[in-house]
Amino acid sequence: MLRGHLLGALAALVVVVLVLENSGPFLTAQFTTMAYLAIAAGGLTVLTGLNGQLSLGHGALMAVGAYSTALLLKSAVLPLPVILLLAMVITLAVGALVGVAAARLHGPYLAGATLALAVAVPGIPLFFGEALGGEQGLPVRMPDIPGPLADAAYFVTGQDLTSIRYLAYLSWLTVVLVFVLLANLSRGRVGRDWRAVRDQDVAAELAGIDLGRTRVRAFVVSAGCAGLAGALMALSARLAAPSGFALTLSLLLVSAVVLGGLGSLTGALAGAALLTFLPPLVTGAGTDLGLSDVRAAQLAPLSYGLVTVLIVLLAPAGLAGGLRKLIHRRRTS
Amino acid sequence: MQQLLTTALTGLTLGAVYAAFALALVLIWRATRIVNFAQAPMAVITTYLALVLIDAGWSYWAGFAVALVSGLVLGALVERFVVRFVDGKAELNAVILTLGLFIVLHALAALVFGSRYRSFPAPFGLTGFRVGDTTIALTGFGVFTIAAVGVVLIGLVVLFRGTDLGLRMRAAAFDREVARLLGVRVGRMLTLGWALAALTGSLSGLLIAGGGLVHPSYLDGVVVYGFVAAVLGGLDSPAGAVVGGVVLGLSLSLVSGYVGAELVPLAALVLLMVVLLLKPGGLFAGVRERRV
Repeated sequence: MLRGHLLGALAALVVVVLVLENSGPFLTAQFTTMAYLAIAAGGLTVLTGLNGQLSLGHGALMAVGAYSTALLLKSAVLPLPVILLLAMVITLAVGALVGVAAARLHGPYLAGATLALAVAVPGIPLFFGEALGGEQGLPVRMPDIPGPLADAAYFVTGQDLTSIRYLAYLSWLTVVLVFVLLANLSRGRVGRDWRAVRDQDVAAELAGIDLGRTRVRAFVVSAGCAGLAGALMALSARLAAPSGFALTLSLLLVSAVVLGGLGSLTGALAGAALLTFLPPLVTGAGTDLGLSDVRAAQLAPLSYGLVTVLIVLLAPAGLAGGLRKLIHRRRTS
Repeated sequence: MQQLLTTALTGLTLGAVYAAFALALVLIWRATRIVNFAQAPMAVITTYLALVLIDAGWSYWAGFAVALVSGLVLGALVERFVVRFVDGKAELNAVILTLGLFIVLHALAALVFGSRYRSFPAPFGLTGFRVGDTTIALTGFGVFTIAAVGVVLIGLVVLFRGTDLGLRMRAAAFDREVARLLGVRVGRMLTLGWALAALTGSLSGLLIAGGGLVHPSYLDGVVVYGFVAAVLGGLDSPAGAVVGGVVLGLSLSLVSGYVGAELVPLAALVLLMVVLLLKPGGLFAGVRERRV
């Protein structure tokens, strides 16, 4: 199983290199956006699709990762991967705290509590304006590319490694790493426990699965992904500011996961691609029809929302149910 | 002392608005076991309708009435043409559906009415009453806010406790199958329930907007406060929603007055977590235990 995932990862890396080497700066930046959205959506997929916990607070957890990165880059001289790892660990800790509370809630209660989290977190940098930059946020300094790496990149590709391209590679490397880990996790014992708790919590408990611990574990893993995604987002935007983590971000992540097909990591990737590449298309169509830029920008969320509603309405067995049926069919055939 | 009084009066006024919003959530929860997270953008749309009419030269009250009526219609439409199709399906679906609706209606509001901040008029004074030499934090509009929520609450109580229609609505919410056997048009009652809830939500939106600024996201916080207020009182109890709203209004006003307005949503989160973890049935939980 692991070998299969590693082979897939290797193939994915080849595709990433081919695509990134042939994209201009704008497209490269878009691919970075897709990468961090994919990481966040992947984490949310594990939580919602496999464990049945819906979180509307993942935007807030991304904010934790983003602010951690900004603060770490400002105060410490550490290699970028270490900073990303630290940002992830900090978000993981926050996620554990939230997860302990969330593990006891379900359905609308969990949604409401995480919604409160999404609304509450942007207020914190405003309150601690001195340390966290208030409304303007904290500028994020993109660290220099390590010399040997830049040389090696020049040697292989024959062009200078720009910081945009460097970040894109770093992001996609992270995506591949995270997805291999998540895929292994969900195929193994941990994932089986998650699914058991999602489908039949009473039976799972009777079978000796600790419900609370299993739910908290899913939340923590998912929070770690959100932290990484937030860190990469801060690097890509060169900024960690409250306006970047409004409630809309959390809701869009949920719709990305639903659009891509709840419960599958490929679906998370597809959802992230939609969130990244659909807005320019739809917005362009809107301005062609004579809408102002600000209004046309609303067409993208409008279409995600509509598709989300349609998916819920037209998948008669329910989202999770339809997917389970599909998986079942694949297994028996 | 002066500041405490100011804080309390502000909290009372805010609490009334949260109570109205919570009441709307509770009405829908009782009837359909759905927490309508889309209630905020629904109220945003009706408030904008009022604003457009008032800006076009209509009187405040005409705009007010149109907003309430359009809330009633919007609620009925949403129940009849969207929500009805997830009836009886998995819990997660209903939650995701109302979130999808949230995104759709929010984007629609911004698309149609624009995203800039616009000021919303108030029909009564916005300066505090004078008692002797000091100005207290109760404004004419504040009194109107409390009175309006009071009227809606009394209206709902009269409807549910005193009329035949209310009895049928309660029966439909309590046990659908039995109600249906007894000849209650359950579907119609559910539509009416959503319509009334949306009207109450619209009122809450209008009251928050009065004398302030509106923006497509101006109720995002209120959906959280309304939810917290409803959970405080127990999602099943309309009276609990009102008490929860007032308690929340007072607590948040204390935080805002003594700690900092930026931390108000965080305080609401903490309060929600404490209630959910210690007394999941709400402060007014009945005998029947509820699984959270």
